[in-house]
Amino acid sequence: MTHTTKRIIMNNIVMTLSTISAVIGMGFLFWILGILVINGVDALTWTIFSQEGAPPGYENSGLKHALIGQLLIVGAATVVGVPLGILAGTYLSEYGQKAKLAETIRDISDIMMSAPSIVIGAFVYAVVVAPMGHFSGWAGSIALTIIMLPIILRTTDDMLNLVPSTLREAAFALGAPKYKVIIQVVYRGAKAGILTGILLGVARVAGETAPLLFTSFNDNFLNTDMNEPMASLTVTMYNYATSPYEDWQKLGWAAAFILSMFILTLNILGKLFLLKKKGR
Amino acid sequence: MATIINIKEESVLDVKDFQFTYAGNDAPSVNKTTMPIAKNSITALIGPSGCGKTTLLRCFNRMHDLYPDNRYDGEILFKGRNILQAKEDLINLRIQIGMIFQKPTAFPMSIFDNIAYGMRLQGMKNKTELQDRVEKALKDAAIWKEVKDRLKADANGLSGGQQQRLCIARAIAVEPEVLLFDEPTSALDPISTAGIEELVVELKDRVSIIIVTHNMQQAARVSDYTGFMYLGDLIELGKTEDMFVTPKEKLTEEYITGKFG
Amino acid sequence: MSIILDKIFAHTSKFIAVSILLLVAWIFTVLLQHSMESITALGFDFVTETKWAPNLEKFGALPAIYGSVVSTFLAMILAVPLAIGVAIYLSELAPAKLKTPVGVSIELLAAIPSVVYGMWGLFYFVPIVRDLVGGIGISMLTAGIVLSIMILPFMAAVTRDAMDTTPDILKESAYALGGTRWDVIKDIIIPYAKAGIIGSLILALGRAIGETMAVTFVMGNVHQISMDLTLPATSIPVTLANEFTEASSGLYYSSLFQLSLLLLVISFTIISIAKFYFLRRKRVGL
Repeated sequence: MTHTTKRIIMNNIVMTLSTISAVIGMGFLFWILGILVINGVDALTWTIFSQEGAPPGYENSGLKHALIGQLLIVGAATVVGVPLGILAGTYLSEYGQKAKLAETIRDISDIMMSAPSIVIGAFVYAVVVAPMGHFSGWAGSIALTIIMLPIILRTTDDMLNLVPSTLREAAFALGAPKYKVIIQVVYRGAKAGILTGILLGVARVAGETAPLLFTSFNDNFLNTDMNEPMASLTVTMYNYATSPYEDWQKLGWAAAFILSMFILTLNILGKLFLLKKKGR
Repeated sequence: MATIINIKEESVLDVKDFQFTYAGNDAPSVNKTTMPIAKNSITALIGPSGCGKTTLLRCFNRMHDLYPDNRYDGEILFKGRNILQAKEDLINLRIQIGMIFQKPTAFPMSIFDNIAYGMRLQGMKNKTELQDRVEKALKDAAIWKEVKDRLKADANGLSGGQQQRLCIARAIAVEPEVLLFDEPTSALDPISTAGIEELVVELKDRVSIIIVTHNMQQAARVSDYTGFMYLGDLIELGKTEDMFVTPKEKLTEEYITGKFG
Repeated sequence: MSIILDKIFAHTSKFIAVSILLLVAWIFTVLLQHSMESITALGFDFVTETKWAPNLEKFGALPAIYGSVVSTFLAMILAVPLAIGVAIYLSELAPAKLKTPVGVSIELLAAIPSVVYGMWGLFYFVPIVRDLVGGIGISMLTAGIVLSIMILPFMAAVTRDAMDTTPDILKESAYALGGTRWDVIKDIIIPYAKAGIIGSLILALGRAIGETMAVTFVMGNVHQISMDLTLPATSIPVTLANEFTEASSGLYYSSLFQLSLLLLVISFTIISIAKFYFLRRKRVGL
């Protein structure tokens, strides 16, 4: 057998193994997606949106409390986190640039993006929940804001960086002050990118469970007072899925389906925005 | 119809009614072309950007097969067989027809390993034989003196011109019969360019060479035959000295006198 | 007027950016403060003691540390070869028609919340483990496998991105010398993208070790150290998720903070190694 024949055989072996691993990997992942859709669609009814939680065994139980709680907690985190993140990202790209301080902030943010989120929950418990004496929707929002900040900051930084410097220089040459150049020229040029960053940031925190376990905690009934413990889809999923009651488990799957579809939609939208920008 | 002169040498490659179409395109990028490539000579392919010269060059070693759904029609004959057939052994073909790219492509390994790479692929394990062949290839590529003391060093530490010579050495180390040069000096400074041109001319005793260049002076300096391509068509193939003085086709004349391009 | 607004804008944005650093410092400080009681009371025994019994005021973190290490190790053993296989497939092998759809699905699967992976593990994978290897199915082994499936998409996507940085012309040069796909992968792509690939794998490791929800469902939160992978176990995040809201006594509460601090330091270290040693900064890897 010549050396080249050996190489070809080796090549075929490795390529087959690689294809098999791709099939195995995709198989597992589609399995998960499949059961998510089957169980989710099966459990999806109108009462899920119209009814609050109820003790196991009650017919009229839904996820209204968790959906509204989720909206409030993630919404508040977005309202606070997005402008802060964009401003901080603006500093990095437009003022700090390659300075040591800016580089340090970038490095720390990159690390924070992969840091364990449950630790953020512990931190917020110590500085918000413990002093207040009780869990609250606000505490959950604060935890999510902390997780969202570095994501928005780094995407904004990167996206502003893609705006050609000639564009800035042209605006400066017309005598515009820096903040106007940034707001009117740079932001406009990076609009699609910043929007993608926001969508991905929201998608990321919307799926967080661990940091909410001991901040917003849970509530089986509808509550819109963010000073009180509050239900979220993720914590509700966790509690219902680990309960021994079949109807609760079913609600858990419905929550998993709704949440996953929401997050996937945000991700797809984000990718489309970026594609559209590249196409131009 | 194109003007194609008869070549006096034996031909090493024969392009016959050849056509190439990229995946997803309806119109071919190289239109029905017939041309001989002279053995142990240098054939230059010139023409404005997008004329299909690089596309044609990459057909000779079936480089287009790396990307799916590209289509070859017609024949390219090499050693009496049509290399466009599906059963063609591409590994063997590429060992016999080597290629040098627009940019130097030093592999992420030492200088020695770069040169030895092609021979090792063919199963050569004998250390002394490898060393001899590496030394010979480096000498033939006129870079031995500069690198002989640092053969173990990373090839990416060399200058652009040195790296391109390294790539030529790597290609000739496997003793191919044909070498394809795809604008080999487009990323180099004038001095390195002159060196590479000199080297290309020296190599023609041992290999047949096809060189794609956007630089007409380069074609005039190094080649024996020149083919002028325009919009996917081969317009004229002639002896270089004749073509630059008395082109037969009007389009060729306009191109070499700088009326377009 | 313009000048004042200009200054306000510049200073506000700088203040917020710098606050990120202060926030991270604050997180470390708070976790350390709340750990002090446990650190002074237990000292180094905290990480060597094998007994965790809150009712007896015994707090040994070794079982949780052991569980974190073993489950993450298991996950890496299973996920790394699969992820590299998938990455090779996506970057070099997949037919053009499959490349984008498969690639995008992998990226989207990386976005699915880990709590969903946990639910899948509990309802669908635990019974399989129970039938195949016995026991109750809730075990270290199950946790390792579910964790590996959870990090697989992220790992495969970033490994593929690292491999894709290899310039086409470099690959073509190797093909032009008669190389096969595998030759090109092992001799050109892997050496060229080595740092990026290793960095990506370590980054995935950093995420896996801090992962809570995917494993909480299937690990059991049992503080024991056993060689038998089919027995329930716990890890640092699993302990935190299960016990944080129950902690009443000062020492219990404080020892959980010490666990958080320990987890944060471990992941910070791993992620920093990946980032500073292997990955030069590029666009954010979302």
